[in-house]
Amino acid sequence: MTQLDLIRNFSIVAHIDHGKSTLADRLIQSTGTVADRDMKAQLLDSMDIERERGITIKANTVRIDYLAKDGKTYVLNLIDTPGHVDFAYEVSRSMRAVEGSLLVVDASQGVEAQTLANVYHALDAGHEIVPVLNKIDLPAAEPERVKENIEDVIGLDASNAVMISAKTGLGIPDVLEAIVTRLPAPKGDRNAPLKAMLVDSWYDAYLGVVVMIRVMDGVVRKGDRIKMIQTGAAYGIDRLAVLRPQMVDWHELGPGEIGVFTASIKQVRDTRVGDTITHEKKPCAAPLPGFKPAQPVVFCGLFPVDAADFEDLRDAIEKLALNDASFSSEMETSAALGFGFRCGFLGLLHLEVIRDRLEREYDLDLITTAPSVVYHVHMRDGTMRELHNPADMPDLTHVDHIEEPRIKATIMVPDEYLGDILKLCQDRRGIQSNLTYAGNRAMVEYDLPLNEVVFDFYDRLKSVTKGYASFDYSITGYREDYLVKMSILVNDEPVDALSMMVHRDRAEARGRSMVEKLKDLIPRHMFKIPIQAAIGSRVIARETLSAMRKDVTAKCYGGDATRKRKLLDKQKAGKKKMRQFGKVEIPQEAFINALKMDG
Amino acid sequence: MPFGLYVHWPFCESKCPYCDFNSHVAERIDPERWIAAYRKEIERVANLTRDQVLSTIFFGGGTPSLMRPDVVAAVIDAARAAWRSSNTLEITMEANPGSVEVGRFHGYRDAGVNRVSLGIQSLDDQHLRLLGRKHTRSDALRAIEVAQSVFTRVNLDLMYGRQHQTVQDWRNELSFALGLGAGHMSLYQLTIEDGTVFGRRHAAGQLHGLPDEDLSVDFFHATLELCDAAGLPAYEVSNHATHDEQCRHNLIYWRAGMYAAIGPGAHGRLGSGADRRATEAIRDPAAWLTAVENRGTGDLAITPISAAEQATEALLMGLRLTAGIPLTELRALGIDTETWPSRRRLTESGHLTESAETLRTTLQGRLLLNAVLSELTSDLKVAQT
Ligand SMILES: Nc1nc2c(ncn2[C@@H]2O[C@H](COP(=O)(O)OP(=O)(O)OP(=O)(O)O)[C@@H](O)[C@H]2O)c(=O)[nH]1
Ligand SMILES: C[S@@+](CC[C@H](N)C(=O)[O-])C[C@H]1O[C@@H](n2cnc3c(N)ncnc32)[C@H](O)[C@@H]1O
Ligand code: SF4
Ligand SMILES: [Mg+2]
Repeated sequence: MTQLDLIRNFSIVAHIDHGKSTLADRLIQSTGTVADRDMKAQLLDSMDIERERGITIKANTVRIDYLAKDGKTYVLNLIDTPGHVDFAYEVSRSMRAVEGSLLVVDASQGVEAQTLANVYHALDAGHEIVPVLNKIDLPAAEPERVKENIEDVIGLDASNAVMISAKTGLGIPDVLEAIVTRLPAPKGDRNAPLKAMLVDSWYDAYLGVVVMIRVMDGVVRKGDRIKMIQTGAAYGIDRLAVLRPQMVDWHELGPGEIGVFTASIKQVRDTRVGDTITHEKKPCAAPLPGFKPAQPVVFCGLFPVDAADFEDLRDAIEKLALNDASFSSEMETSAALGFGFRCGFLGLLHLEVIRDRLEREYDLDLITTAPSVVYHVHMRDGTMRELHNPADMPDLTHVDHIEEPRIKATIMVPDEYLGDILKLCQDRRGIQSNLTYAGNRAMVEYDLPLNEVVFDFYDRLKSVTKGYASFDYSITGYREDYLVKMSILVNDEPVDALSMMVHRDRAEARGRSMVEKLKDLIPRHMFKIPIQAAIGSRVIARETLSAMRKDVTAKCYGGDATRKRKLLDKQKAGKKKMRQFGKVEIPQEAFINALKMDG
Repeated sequence: MPFGLYVHWPFCESKCPYCDFNSHVAERIDPERWIAAYRKEIERVANLTRDQVLSTIFFGGGTPSLMRPDVVAAVIDAARAAWRSSNTLEITMEANPGSVEVGRFHGYRDAGVNRVSLGIQSLDDQHLRLLGRKHTRSDALRAIEVAQSVFTRVNLDLMYGRQHQTVQDWRNELSFALGLGAGHMSLYQLTIEDGTVFGRRHAAGQLHGLPDEDLSVDFFHATLELCDAAGLPAYEVSNHATHDEQCRHNLIYWRAGMYAAIGPGAHGRLGSGADRRATEAIRDPAAWLTAVENRGTGDLAITPISAAEQATEALLMGLRLTAGIPLTELRALGIDTETWPSRRRLTESGHLTESAETLRTTLQGRLLLNAVLSELTSDLKVAQT
């Protein structure tokens, strides 16, 4: 058990790629928590997909012992957080478990959209914030300018920001000292009944469900019978440990400490992040306020390319869901695609990550349908239905009006690209709510419909600004608009997987772009194929894919038989990747590519 | 079922920019080594096909008309000695219209060659140059004349759909060629093959004036029309002849028959049913020669062909023929000719003809043969025979 004034708990927050995980590496390494020979870059990013993409998806915690200049040894619990907006929820809940934040800012880039978002979360959580200017080794680093920038944009005193290079290790001792001297120690009463916050939980193949907690009051020990207040479930603690970052068994955790335990918990779903954990026999008086669970905001259908793989997909989805409570799924049937799942995600990156993992870790080929947001369909009878799938759109005669989710988007951009950004947001039905400048960077805020953002807004943003813009958003609420379901017909057969909700004013343009794309994506057949976009029975865009007229090999003699046969066999295998719609075969890529928007 | 022997001669004077055949330009060729190697190979494959009666021999290339007549004679003699042969043995040789080759026509005839296939390609000097050919229109005309005086059966190879060629150009050229009176015409649409000079230029966007799909269809129809009018109907996608003049050797391929194949890169098909095998020879001429001399075989591999593979081959070769494939043959290969939804669909859509005896493409189906095959093989049911 550690004295409260010798504990410091903090999260490391920053915009994507500003160097959080690299800083965590240096802190872990310079305190000898992990031996040099076991070190690797972004040590805490342990998932394959994190390592491959060089991003953090899941927040990670490490307990470090640090001998400070004052001669005392402190316990530091650091939480490395993800930078991408889809995982903002991980950041805000991590912050609830700690008292301070290291705000890392890339000294060559300055304040970006997520820097700002994270500062607001940190202030909300009542954190002390220590600004850290990273990457000062880069020739392009402009620490002084970035300090000003921090003060201008965030209003945070940056005069004593710590200047470091997480890459070279420069300034790391100063970071450690700043943690000890500038961040507050936790508070808590060792003698009060146990009150601990459930910070996170995950599934480990060997240990089952692992629960991470932050103790507020009281003491928890191995073998204790504990209760989770929100779920009401009670368990005996099998194993108590701290993370270094490997699990190290621990005798007890007192106020201010962060650790993990295992109990006979079956599924991650049996735990609720933000729940209060107390002793079964001697519970605490008032539970912690808890947090709102993360809500999936983007939905899409996932179907196996080969219908025979459905059961494998079901297993894979169940396994992934064990570990990711923010990912939802339910079975779906599509006339076009057969059996699959309607899945909900925190955002498009989350969708991509899950799809990638399903394809790679479980060796599945998947068709992904158009991502959709959740619409509120208000019926004539006064009831409201949540619409996750355009295919489920009720008969219009019963519909009174439809509402869609709106977001507040914050975009930071060098002012030479401002015009392009304004145009992009305008095109996406955005309403400007704020525009300010700091130096030569502009910060714009827009009220935008989420459905205009989920497809490829981020890609467009990056491409029109050559990567110089950053973007953050949060959902603000629902608002009525003139929304319609647009269906796509291929050879007069509706392809339900391609139907989508669109704003009426944008329907013609979207429909046109869809049918034009499909015309290029669907291979020609032996007959001509009309491709149409329609609202109800009204066709709003049409293209015709002409029939193939000649496709025959001119010379075919004895030496060609093997080659031609192998080619046919290959085509046959390729056909498995096609979906049959009436007489038309549509390749899987057509679904993926048709849904990418352009402008 | 007739049985044939294919002999590959892998050398040419120069490499044509469109050609992806196994042909090489060699500095020096030792005819004696080649005679010995061919003899050895004939001996070897004959041992695998003892009970066959040899009906055809085909010298292909490369440019077989660069072979010394005594090499050709040695091969023919060895083949006649190795197999019993039919008394109407068809012996074809591919020949280029260059002057050297033409001078040897008598020698080839004396060796036993009775059918010659002339690589005319075009009768237009400018186009011959564009195709990288070494001969001229007048060389071609002279070669045809000599060939016709020396051999009773002559085929002319021409390519259409060349750069900047119009359908009218082709009509004029083809009409003239048909007027020369050859009994067989192989008329190929120029194909841009990967790994050739044309292939690279095409990929780089530097090969201009090639016909688009619609124009290709027009070329094809014009070809059929003129050949029909000249009494040489198409019997295969690119081959036109009266019934008697059809190339019996190539018909073995299209009817998925049996053929032994020797020489660099040659492919053969031996046996039938569960015994059917594909043979494939080493492509590189020097490596092939050495292998034959030192290891006693030029074959790289002899691979069994499954019932399903045989069925696919029978279809992809046989549907090239206007006569199609007798259903009895398909059934003999284990194909369920009745439970075959794609067959019904393609018949309804006018790509196959309705017939109780044969599976046959319509003209429309033949133009789209690759697509038809891809459909037909997608739900092909083959019993293990
Ligand atoms: N030159 C230089 N590069 C650095 C420094 N710190 C981090 N980087 C590089 O910046 C990139 C991003 O670093 P990460 O530590 O993964 O950044 P992150 O903030 O954890 O990123 P997310 O988790 O995706 O938000 C990597 O390529 C690092 O090697 C530094 O001090 N100097
Ligand atoms: C084996 S080749 C060569 C015969 C002989 N060496 C010659 O070139 O005359 C047989 C025929 O195939 C045809 N051919 C070769 N390459 C072709 C291509 N890329 N496209 C269409 N036909 C081709 C030519 O008409 C050629 O005469
Ligand atoms: S087309 Fe004939 S002559 Fe030209 S390289 Fe090919 S085989 Fe040789
Ligand atoms: Mg990271």
